[in-house]
Amino acid sequence: MKKKLISFFMILQIVIAAALCGCTGGTNGDGPEQQSGSDSSVRYGGKITVGITQDLDSLDPHKAVAAGTEEVLINIFDGLIKVASNGDFVPAVASSYEISEDGLKYAFTLRKGVKFHNGKEVTAEDVIYSLKRVAGLDGTPDPEVLVKSAFSVIKEINKTEDGVEVILSEPATELIGFFTCSIIPCDYDAQETAPVGCGPFKFVSYEPMRSIVLEKNEDYYIEGVPYLDGVTFKISADTDAAFLELMAGGIDIFPYLTADQANQLKERYNIEYGTMNLVQALFLNNAREPFTDVRVRQAICYALDRQGILNVVAEGRGEVIGTNMFPTFSRYYDASLVDKYPTDTAMAKKLLADAGYPDGISFTITIPSNYDFHVKTGEVIVEQLRAAGIDAKIKLVEWSSWLSDVYAGRDFESTIIGLDSELAPSDILRFYPSDSSKNFINYSNSEFDEIYAKAKKTADEGEKTRLYKRLEAILTEDAASAYIQSPAQLVAVNKEITGYTFYPVYVQDMSTVAYLK
Amino acid sequence: MNYYLRKTIIFAVTLFCVAAINFLLFTVIPGNAALSRLGTEATPEKIEQLSKSYGLDKSIPERFVSWLGGAVTGDFGMSSVYPTRTVSELIGKRLPVTAGLAFISLLLIIIISIPIGLVGSKKPGGIIDRITDISALAFMSIPSFILGIVITVVFGVVLRWFVPGSYTAPSESFFGYVGCLIFPALSIAIPKTAMTVRFLKASVRRELSEDYVRTARAKGNTRDEVLSHHVLKNSLLPVITFIGLIVAEVMAGSIITEKVFDLDGIGMLLISSISKRDMNVVQAVVMYIAATVVTVNFIVDMIYRKVDPRT
Repeated sequence: MKKKLISFFMILQIVIAAALCGCTGGTNGDGPEQQSGSDSSVRYGGKITVGITQDLDSLDPHKAVAAGTEEVLINIFDGLIKVASNGDFVPAVASSYEISEDGLKYAFTLRKGVKFHNGKEVTAEDVIYSLKRVAGLDGTPDPEVLVKSAFSVIKEINKTEDGVEVILSEPATELIGFFTCSIIPCDYDAQETAPVGCGPFKFVSYEPMRSIVLEKNEDYYIEGVPYLDGVTFKISADTDAAFLELMAGGIDIFPYLTADQANQLKERYNIEYGTMNLVQALFLNNAREPFTDVRVRQAICYALDRQGILNVVAEGRGEVIGTNMFPTFSRYYDASLVDKYPTDTAMAKKLLADAGYPDGISFTITIPSNYDFHVKTGEVIVEQLRAAGIDAKIKLVEWSSWLSDVYAGRDFESTIIGLDSELAPSDILRFYPSDSSKNFINYSNSEFDEIYAKAKKTADEGEKTRLYKRLEAILTEDAASAYIQSPAQLVAVNKEITGYTFYPVYVQDMSTVAYLK
Repeated sequence: MNYYLRKTIIFAVTLFCVAAINFLLFTVIPGNAALSRLGTEATPEKIEQLSKSYGLDKSIPERFVSWLGGAVTGDFGMSSVYPTRTVSELIGKRLPVTAGLAFISLLLIIIISIPIGLVGSKKPGGIIDRITDISALAFMSIPSFILGIVITVVFGVVLRWFVPGSYTAPSESFFGYVGCLIFPALSIAIPKTAMTVRFLKASVRRELSEDYVRTARAKGNTRDEVLSHHVLKNSLLPVITFIGLIVAEVMAGSIITEKVFDLDGIGMLLISSISKRDMNVVQAVVMYIAATVVTVNFIVDMIYRKVDPRT
């Protein structure tokens, strides 16, 4: 149910955590779910307030662009399958699924007795309607629905005896991650004002910039879940305002603490550490001088001290990366690439001289000003680059200008941002094929394009993993950009509450959260 | 009557000019609602499609005329960021916050500043005069956001008398409504009260040196009688103008106070709509602010004319 891109995260300061040495975060195993309801330490009932710092951009799950919206809507909507905290896909609205060996057919068996919040049973028609809507296959597509390009390989969706089957026009073996998309009723057209799904919580009310209120779905198909009677997501102006509310006891869970704030809250809140599942990098416009030269890009990689950046911006929490993949994708992640460019100022200077810039270079780093975390990272980078004779300047822009000029217009020299992804390796690498509309850094490598197309279709898991690791290695060798870290996430949780769970995708799942007895 | 007619015409023309300038300004700012909405999913085709559905493909004069027509009837169209909400609805939901803040702080300003101002200027050069002067100077030098943070920490975090950022609608509980606004209102009121005190004292001092005061005293009135019967009315005249300015300012949305207390009022609506390129809302809020300022000034002019026909 998650998707999207650029980490839309939060306005004033952001979070970070999880030291390189071991605490990768990712999963937190003591949610009540794992204890399968038999746990006597938690009780049912009670309401909580969760602080978020970004407003929702739509209540219709198929129209929501921002990652910050989907992390909330996950509580109202379920997909055919969903992502478990360990990264596995587990059945949800579907009770089981099967992928044909040639990767051309996905068959889902629907779970019996799943009901939408309006009391209607979930049928194959609803599933077909939802999938077609997301795939852009329903007659007259609504322009605001975000059509998933990964679904463009779908040829037809049919009803079967006990569910639905999806037939593809060409093999796509990792499409399964996209079937987490929300299932909505086919005969309901008020999703944007009063959303109806079949998730653990029902929608009660929403006021822009203020709050979204949810209540327990008593008919949820998983026995014993959720625990809470109600959840209010309170929208705060920024992390500073939310921090004051935490201090005053107005918020029970706040997922975007800064390291400083976490230290101050330690006595009153449990602080949980996870990861944001983002690729944060100094993205270089490969079509812009001097970054057209691979040696210049490599020089920048050598000039950076990534652990030093983490130490300054996040007290050392977070995980240093060397390519466009985050460590929670453990199967596909190639950890050896981290050491490809150790900090080496002399080497950086030499590469610059070889490339014809013996006196160093100067360029601008464009950063969206609402992401304080990226801004701070930029300030550290400017200092580090100076030591290698590189003169970088920060230019702060508004988020909407960033979207129009940097992302859509590709008119920039370099930028710092965090990229996020569906739980599919092709998704996090979708920014790099030379013909991709999302390739905002103008990266171009025909070998990459070829392997990328091949990897997407490969059915054999071993071969697939090998191909993706090769793609990661190509990005690192080409120094497509200077990859920095997968930032850590610090969450404050009221001491009376347990069960907050981290997932390898960007969600705030409240179904496992409960009050202690 | 001529005076009132002239003022009314100026009032209308001012509003029209503001509307036109405000409309034009937002057409030249980079970025547009369609792009903002699509985020990183934007493709040229999608942008064009959505721009069209927002009516952004029409010419500027055409858009201005249709917008102005709606504005006159209070219809500012739909928000482009919240496609299910009308602009009037968004503003309407936030008006109680800002109006409540404005009303409570104004009340505080008036009931605190007038007695202090009068008592303080009773004996020019006396100890009370000096104390009020110095403390007024001190309080007006504190920016309201600093006061806001101090109030939040002291009353919110330490004493826990209120929860910063919480808001209760007046329809739910009137006392809850006043309770959540009183502390933010205090942070607006304190510096403004200090200013009003200084303003009032200066005005009283000026009046006290007038001939009519000596005459009144000579007729056997006590100092207090002269102060409350003769001087107060005359010295309040300039204060009306000053309070008018304050009303206009707080009614227009106290952006900083709303931000510090995380209150979702007109000021916050304005900032968040600007950053989201929600043009319809920004234009409506700017019109609202302009209309408030112009209307309050208009009313002050009228009151002034009524109280002191010489002007």
